[in-house]
Amino acid sequence: MLLASCGGDSPSTLAPAGAGARRVAGLWWLLFGISVAVAVVVGVLIIWVLARRTGAEVRARTGSGRAFVVTMGVALPAIVLAFVYAVGLRDLRDLADPRDPRALLVEVVGHRWWWEVRYPASGFVTANEIHVPTGSTVHLRLTTADVNHSFWVPRLAVKTDLVAGRVNEMWLRAERDGVYRGQCAEYCGLQHGHMAFHVVAQPAAEFASWLAGQARPAATPPGGEAARGLRVLQSASCASCHTVRGTRADGKVGPDLTHVGSRRFLAAGAIPNTPGYLGGWISNSQTIKPGNAMPPQPLTPDQLRSLIAYLGTLR
Amino acid sequence: MSIVDAAGAHRAAEEAAGERVARHWPEGHGLRGWITTVDHKRIGRRYMVTAGVFFTLAGIEALVMRTQLALPEGRVVSPGVYDQLFSLHGTVMIFFFATPMLFGFGNFLLPLMVGTRDMAFPRFNAFGYWVFAAAGLFMFASLLFGVAPNAGWFAYVPLSGERYNPDLNLDVYSLGLLFLGISTTGSGINFIATALKLRAPGMTLSRVPVFVWALVVTSFMVVFALPPLNLANAMLFLDRRFGTKFFVPSGGGDALLWQHLFWLFGHPDVYIIVLPALGIVSAIVPTFSRRPIAAYPVIVLATVATGIISFGVWVHHMFAVGLPQLAMTFFSAASIVITIPAGIQIFSWLGTMLLGRVVLAVPMMWALGFVFVFVLGGVTGVMFAIVPFDQQTTDSYFVVAHFHYVLFGGAVFPIIGGVFYWWPKFTGRRTNVRAGLWSFWLVFAGFNLTFFPMHIAGLLGMPRRVYTFSPGLGWDPWNLLSTVGAYLLAVGLLVTLVTLLHSLRRGAQAPPDPWGGETLEWATSSPPRPHDFAVIPTVYSLHPLWDQLSLDSFGEESRSRLHVLDEGHDVLRTTELDAEPQRSLEMPEDTPIPFVAAFGLLIAFTSLLLGGYFAAIAGAAVFGLALMWWLWPRERPGGSGDGGPAKGGGEGSGEEGGRAGGEREGASA
Repeated sequence: MLLASCGGDSPSTLAPAGAGARRVAGLWWLLFGISVAVAVVVGVLIIWVLARRTGAEVRARTGSGRAFVVTMGVALPAIVLAFVYAVGLRDLRDLADPRDPRALLVEVVGHRWWWEVRYPASGFVTANEIHVPTGSTVHLRLTTADVNHSFWVPRLAVKTDLVAGRVNEMWLRAERDGVYRGQCAEYCGLQHGHMAFHVVAQPAAEFASWLAGQARPAATPPGGEAARGLRVLQSASCASCHTVRGTRADGKVGPDLTHVGSRRFLAAGAIPNTPGYLGGWISNSQTIKPGNAMPPQPLTPDQLRSLIAYLGTLR
Repeated sequence: MSIVDAAGAHRAAEEAAGERVARHWPEGHGLRGWITTVDHKRIGRRYMVTAGVFFTLAGIEALVMRTQLALPEGRVVSPGVYDQLFSLHGTVMIFFFATPMLFGFGNFLLPLMVGTRDMAFPRFNAFGYWVFAAAGLFMFASLLFGVAPNAGWFAYVPLSGERYNPDLNLDVYSLGLLFLGISTTGSGINFIATALKLRAPGMTLSRVPVFVWALVVTSFMVVFALPPLNLANAMLFLDRRFGTKFFVPSGGGDALLWQHLFWLFGHPDVYIIVLPALGIVSAIVPTFSRRPIAAYPVIVLATVATGIISFGVWVHHMFAVGLPQLAMTFFSAASIVITIPAGIQIFSWLGTMLLGRVVLAVPMMWALGFVFVFVLGGVTGVMFAIVPFDQQTTDSYFVVAHFHYVLFGGAVFPIIGGVFYWWPKFTGRRTNVRAGLWSFWLVFAGFNLTFFPMHIAGLLGMPRRVYTFSPGLGWDPWNLLSTVGAYLLAVGLLVTLVTLLHSLRRGAQAPPDPWGGETLEWATSSPPRPHDFAVIPTVYSLHPLWDQLSLDSFGEESRSRLHVLDEGHDVLRTTELDAEPQRSLEMPEDTPIPFVAAFGLLIAFTSLLLGGYFAAIAGAAVFGLALMWWLWPRERPGGSGDGGPAKGGGEGSGEEGGRAGGEREGASA
């Protein structure tokens, strides 16, 4: 339902839904207004010059024009720029990390080309979907497992880079429930264009139950198709790269799949999480996201169907 | 005898001394002449043509990228190819088009504008061109082998490191830029020396054309900005080839070090590109406003100030990497301050037009179009100086829009305007006015249609450097518009090219001074003869061709040995500040040494790339031997007769020159 209502929305910086993004959107409209004024002044001067040209005999004047240049090129801009700088400083201060010790801490680790998301207080790991309680400040600790990336959710907060060998921190606070699209903003190689994620802001109670659900290991299917799928997962190469807590799959290379069925998208936002796309992804993810680390899986149609059924139960 | 205009000045000088001087300035012909020439005009034209070819190739790359991005989930090229396209597009446009193109203008025009006969170091100049051409070949050939740079034009580590990029792509990048850096640095030094030592008598610093000022400031910036880039590239190459780990955090290195070094070069480089282009505008606007530039001292100060402040703003490229807030506030302030000198230049041109009488010729259209788009690029530039706004929009399409307004608007518009302006001087032909206007309007419309929508795509959250995007994010219409604009822009540029080629074949012969210009280059024939000026004039004002004393000097000075210099392949050396004559300098003639030296370097760099270190040493040896040959003291054939080396002979005549110059200075004061 959330997917239907919000998933297709534009991740517009001008439709802020978070404290940081709202402040910057205000800043944008101020800067935009000043820019329009400047462009109009210059445009009018150009038009005036051209209009005058066709008028009566105009003689070139030999005055130096210094007063005009100093007034328009130095004095006026200095006043406007000083004002703009002051506003920028104020916003910079207001956007500084509030360092609230009670705030929820989420660790985000950038990988080529997906996002590992850790909730250290609850002790679980997930991927590409970050849930936060609406209205609360959330701290993010950003690191990268490989190259530089940049964490950017335009509707919520300004971006912060994930820099190799460094730990960066940022914060965000969603003001309204919703699903907000984010995307890597620092070029990181072949699939930089398919390295999205989603921030799901939800009411505190809903968030708490999500947290509890994610912390639980995967439920063992009672039997049937899904149980066969679990066997496929554990016997095929899936388990060497992926973890499903509560099973023998404990690979660390790819995203944690313990609750993959609950996620809205697959492959870092590249495709929606439907059985059809999931099957296509497992069979040959290289056609969808060329260059990603997952090799094509030589499964029989039966095995694939079972596996999809099992993964669908991981909610 | 009174000279009324530039053409008259040219005629008087040629009649008085043309043949005497021309004897010593022979022009080489055939393949040998082509390879050995040291004539600044031929080298300048060559720079422009080569840079134009690179512009076309990198433009085609852009067109492929826009085709890929026309619709969501496009499949025109693979992501691997797309990455090479955008990386090479940026690298080539910045390093192999913009600066070499403007240095081509400088090569051709700077000696003419300051009233001398060649660059200060003509062989070094030829060497610079051959190195540039070889480095360009080195860079572009990589695309044929699928190993073109693919980590963006600023090649951030660790992505550009050996671990994540094990093929040759980034070796091509680091070696190619090191190779090119030799040429760029050399040209910078050459411009500085030429502008400080070879100005016509009387051209004090307060009478130097703004274009020359811009080129000199740019050259100083090149000399100071390239070392960090060269250092960064050398370290990157060592990291990749020999595992030095300068940039590898796990080995004790630092990934941010690259960013600091790169942008310490990278931001000044924006002004290295833009300043000479603004200089072109400062040459066009007074000519077509029929009055000298407004507030000359202020615009010169603004140019110098830009050059200095530009070294203190690099961190604004790094506002999102997690630096301390205090540091960011300083660099934010510097980035805001640097807009003031830019504003001064804008209002100096507007003031010139307001106080003048504007003539709407084709070059002036380009200058006016430039003013408008450059202002749009400037206001978004101010936005990026504001830290929170920068953090929100950096690395989005908003940045792509911004820097294309600054670089395409701020450099390509003036370059094309400058080509139309000086085309008669470059080629001796006039261009078709109607075709020129079509070319302007098509490019202006295409440019804005391509790049304006990118602002919006960026504000809607579209990151840059994505090879495709998902539908339904609000980005589709803006990308489609951009692509349509890109094709319109390509048509406009094609019309420009056809207009110029048509002129080359069918254009009317151009007189020396078709526009009524103010600076000395218009007092030469179109195109200028190898010796440029038969008589070196004395300059009495900022606009010598608009003042009677300077015009008359073309005739009067034909009686002065120092102004005619008809005893050899000579130029006149003057003092740095006041341009008082010192002595004649004998200049080197055509030689294949620069070509051989550059060829040695090409072998060395190609071998380094391919890991053939012995071959690299052999290439370096060729280069070294060429240098020895170059610097070997030589007898001057038919020189002053004292049998001493060339330099000694020069000294001898110099003493006389100094005295003679002193005398004349006294007389004119």
